Amino acid sequence: MTMQPVLKVAGLTKSFVVHAHGDLALPVLRDVALAVSPGECLALVGPSGAGKSTLLRSLYGNYRADTGSIRVHHDNAWTELVGAEPRTVLDVRRRTMGFVSQFLRVIPRVATVDVVAEPLLRLGADPAQARDHAEFLLALLNIPQRLWQLPPATFSGGEQQRVNIARSLIVDYPVLLLDEPTASLDAGNRDRVVELIGQRRDAGSALVGIFHDTACASFWPIECSRFPHE
Amino acid sequence: MTENNAKDGAYNYAYLDEQTKRMIRRAILKAVAVPGYQVPFGGREMPLPYGWGTGGIQVTAAIIGRDDTLKVIDQGADDTTNAVSIRRFFANVAEVATTTRTEEATVIQTRHRVPETPLGEGQILVFQVPIPEPLRMLEPRETETRTLHALSEYGVMQVSLYESIARHGRISKGYNYPVMVNGRYIMSPSPIPKFDNPKLDRSPALQLYGAGREKRIYAVPPYTPVKSLDFDDHPFEIETWQQCCELCGSKDSFLDEMIVDDDGKRLFVCSDTDYCERRRTPAEAAE
Amino acid sequence: MKPLLSAPLLSVRGLGKRFGARVACQDVYFDLWPGEVLGIVGESGSGKTTLLNCLAGRLAPETGSVTYDSAAYGPVDVHELSEARRRLLSRTEWGFVNQDAREGLRMGVSAGANIGERLMAVGARHYGDIRRTASDWLDRVEIERDRLDDRPTTYSGGMRQRLQIARNLVSRPRLVFMDEPTGGLDVSVQARILDLLRSLVGSLHLSAVLVTHDLGVARLLTHRLMVMQGGAVVEDGLTDQVLDDPQHAYTQMLVASILPV
Repeated sequence: MTMQPVLKVAGLTKSFVVHAHGDLALPVLRDVALAVSPGECLALVGPSGAGKSTLLRSLYGNYRADTGSIRVHHDNAWTELVGAEPRTVLDVRRRTMGFVSQFLRVIPRVATVDVVAEPLLRLGADPAQARDHAEFLLALLNIPQRLWQLPPATFSGGEQQRVNIARSLIVDYPVLLLDEPTASLDAGNRDRVVELIGQRRDAGSALVGIFHDTACASFWPIECSRFPHE
Repeated sequence: MTENNAKDGAYNYAYLDEQTKRMIRRAILKAVAVPGYQVPFGGREMPLPYGWGTGGIQVTAAIIGRDDTLKVIDQGADDTTNAVSIRRFFANVAEVATTTRTEEATVIQTRHRVPETPLGEGQILVFQVPIPEPLRMLEPRETETRTLHALSEYGVMQVSLYESIARHGRISKGYNYPVMVNGRYIMSPSPIPKFDNPKLDRSPALQLYGAGREKRIYAVPPYTPVKSLDFDDHPFEIETWQQCCELCGSKDSFLDEMIVDDDGKRLFVCSDTDYCERRRTPAEAAE
Repeated sequence: MKPLLSAPLLSVRGLGKRFGARVACQDVYFDLWPGEVLGIVGESGSGKTTLLNCLAGRLAPETGSVTYDSAAYGPVDVHELSEARRRLLSRTEWGFVNQDAREGLRMGVSAGANIGERLMAVGARHYGDIRRTASDWLDRVEIERDRLDDRPTTYSGGMRQRLQIARNLVSRPRLVFMDEPTGGLDVSVQARILDLLRSLVGSLHLSAVLVTHDLGVARLLTHRLMVMQGGAVVEDGLTDQVLDDPQHAYTQMLVASILPV
């Protein structure tokens, strides 16, 4: 593909300093560089503890990078996320970069359908249309209709995960970060999720993901990135 | 009260010493200059208890002169104990003529009423005021009520009227109905019935209000706008009666209800005794 | 909806306040942008409530300035304003939600009067309209409309807090200060209020400064966090970043102190 990248990372370094243990420094990322273009899926592959998750979270601004650059194409311009103001990061998250994780951080008392519709509503979507879209995704991901009006707090792990995936996919983010999106799903649901994410990629989203087993990764016609770089 | 106190020099003229009267007059001047604003003054001990008109008496004492004619009413009546003793007090210590006739009086000290007979220029109405602060029941802190007045923050007053409608379906306040003076200060008109509120508006007479216990004087100069607070959809209204006065037949005066026997027979009579009496004496009224 | 507006709503520069020899807060700098919810976290005594009171003009700081971009007057220095204007701002463009609802409500008058007060303070004089608005707001904060004429003394703690929120938001403020809005309430009641605040902040496009010692509340309601220790801001940033990747020793200690559920 000859498309220009939409996410460019260079010289990214990240360590954790644990002050309670005599300022113990744990270096995790050292001089990471990558670039992802629309329609590409970059899989982060490496042993447990290699820093795959830290990289993904750093890209999302959830972890604070020490040095380096994370630039994302946002509003027809490059936006630097390392050292960016919170509102800049939030705006990128609202409109440009989505994150699919295994864990749903539930909001007490909010109905599942509203949890899913919320990212779309934040972009100013019509509430009825946002709900329609949320219901469509919930149905697609096999969440029984009788659960839609309930808060997801009491759902099973797999159901919560699929609610979270629906929530993360309701907006067409140009960049999608995936942290083991199919872990702990049964085969049928896993296929649905893989299919959905594949559609996003084909529609032009740039994907960066960690996939919990190589078997699963084989579902994806993707370019793998050995990680950490050797 | 012994006779001839002023005459034999036992007391200064009009009971208060001249310095005190000057101080009170300064307070009155300030009050007239800022209509509706409560001016603190150095209230003195008077020979009657708080609640019996100590504020009104000090104001009257400060403004009265030998050529004045004094009328004193209590709940509209000239002949109640309080009215009689205050009238006698000033007759003694200030050597003034007294009257029960509204139009003859130059100074009228009143508790809880405004006379039915319209007042004219040159007359002064002195109100006895128990609680001068209209916001007191809503805001107990004096520092805060002063700030509210200073900044014209009167939402809380409207809150109390709202609450009254919510509770009773209408603004139930019958006495001491709050007014806005000259579009600036909210003022307690003292516990007059709201029936009398319209008489305060643009009255040709000077209105002085004295609160003895709280040592405050405030005033409404002649022809000052005095608006009773209300809501657009619950406008201010005065009381009306289906009955008329049993004695004079008046249909448009403030009526007191009296229970006259053990069977609960009720009688309505004018609260303003002078007004009622004059209506019942046609010869005199025709003069 | 324009996401990035040009001017901050609140600009705080070098704010400091001491009580006698004790420093309550010092060297506080930040900008609050329209639509942002800023959380101030820290232990009791860390200066967060003092800071909040200085921001809201309730307490005069010794150093620094608080500039608010008023809808009515443009940018104004909160502490240079006349008291009249500051009080007007605080009941039109601002809200203040106290931890103790009794301090933020008039306990002696009905819920309707509590909600209607701000409207009447700025000149509303139609009883029926005021009542309708108050009733709508009761509905929005999930209190039965038939409680409109009841006094807050008859309300539960959670209902009082929701009433206080309605009383503040009825004038459609742009900026709301909140001091531990869910402190002292049962966990189940807290959840309801958090959810309510969250949706109201979103739907009314409010900006807010929220003081809390509860990091869970901060995570749920705020976009950004400032961590205070001993009167100083030791760390600030995106809420999830500060909580998931705390940098400062004190923040790490705070985050590590949360009991796992």
